[in-house]
Amino acid sequence: MKKEREIVTGQEVEKIISRLAEEVRAKTDLKNLALIGIRRRGVELAARLQNILEKKSIKLPLGILDITLYRDDLSTAAKQPVVRETQIQFDLEGKDILLVDDVLFTGRTIRAALSELVDFGRPRSIKLLALVDRGHRELPIQPDFTGKFIPAESSQSIEVRLSELDGEDKILLIEP
Amino acid sequence: MNSWKRKDLLGLEELSAEEIEFILTTAASFKEVSTREIKKVPALRGKTIANLFFEPSTRTRTSFELAAKRLSADIVNFSPSASSLVKGETVLDTGENLEAMKMDCFIVRHSCAGVVEFLAKRLKASFINAGDGSHEHPTQGLLDIFTIKEKKGGIKGLNVTILGDIRHSRVARSNLWGLLKLGARVTLCGPPTLIPPGIEATGARVTYDLKKALKDADAVNVLRIQVERQKENYFPSPREYSRQYQINAETIRWAKPDVLIMHPGPMNRGLEISSEAAECSNSVILTQVENGVAVRMAVLYLLLVGK
Repeated sequence: MKKEREIVTGQEVEKIISRLAEEVRAKTDLKNLALIGIRRRGVELAARLQNILEKKSIKLPLGILDITLYRDDLSTAAKQPVVRETQIQFDLEGKDILLVDDVLFTGRTIRAALSELVDFGRPRSIKLLALVDRGHRELPIQPDFTGKFIPAESSQSIEVRLSELDGEDKILLIEP
Repeated sequence: MNSWKRKDLLGLEELSAEEIEFILTTAASFKEVSTREIKKVPALRGKTIANLFFEPSTRTRTSFELAAKRLSADIVNFSPSASSLVKGETVLDTGENLEAMKMDCFIVRHSCAGVVEFLAKRLKASFINAGDGSHEHPTQGLLDIFTIKEKKGGIKGLNVTILGDIRHSRVARSNLWGLLKLGARVTLCGPPTLIPPGIEATGARVTYDLKKALKDADAVNVLRIQVERQKENYFPSPREYSRQYQINAETIRWAKPDVLIMHPGPMNRGLEISSEAAECSNSVILTQVENGVAVRMAVLYLLLVGK
């Protein structure tokens, strides 16, 4: 049996997201900014940031990125990853992109996302926001905005639950 | 269902409704890739695919070639006129020779039913049937069903009419199996000589009367009349065929107002379909071609990723 432990409550998750939105507002050139959420939970997270900022009259475009086709383990993966649709309705050329993901771990997902994004156009800059940074990077990638640093063992897993998909907000630490 | 288990795609008859739905859902994700400015993703980098067409084809071969290239696979075209087959090599020897060059996948079209299955059982690579005799042409069936689903929102409960030379058509068979499994009501229509006896056993309805076949139809798939078969006297003359079975501005009124007009190509304008019908707002013939690339990308991805 896997052991699950709630390490961040719903209330805290909400607070962290609001704080991240505030940081983004303070530290970026909002006129040129566009959000891109990485499937799956990065999308809901990016949509929440978009909502919070919209209430402060800041309207940001939002794109959805599925990185499956750019993964570096497709030729060796034992399990076949399911491909979902990428939806980016705006031109990336010259934009400042804020890439949004739930958990930053090895950095391989972000590597794939960067390769995919530059195939869509040439943004002026790309920054990274992660709700959780859990360490154990395998590539030289660091977030520009971090919600919470949770140093977990590499055998443990960290799962973010969001109300839009899972019914409630929380962050779980799962023992193998 | 969230992963594909089979090595090959030989036909829709052997697939479950769940497997067909899984291919269609995956194809919907791939459709977006062809709308990008850089229409290429690295998913199948390093995979080698052979297009092995023992029968002529432009559309299907090109569609597969584009699908493979948009996934970054390497694809080689092998056509029999330029090959050792004319020198007497057997089909199996040809396959084994190509496999010795480390092919990951073969896309095969052959005039004999069962040839693709024969090869698939003997070689390790994945096989995609691109049409074997009058047996099956699964990717055409899938792209037709994908197009209907995309336009109508679903398949279950729809009335789909397949019209023309059912007897010789692998497209008709793949459509028939796929549509029935997904819960459509299928009507087959054409001259009695071109409808195989006993096909009602599949669950399809058969009628020789176009007006009855089109009543309440949500989609009509107009098959190509192979003029070369005229020698075999399946119908008196092309003129006679057109008079009874052509889809045109007048006959299309017998179907629902939002009926989809489909054709797998190449069309004989003025024979099985009038230019007016082929170009009217109900026609989704070019959408079928567009969707063909997405469906073939999905099939290649599912067969070649994750071993």
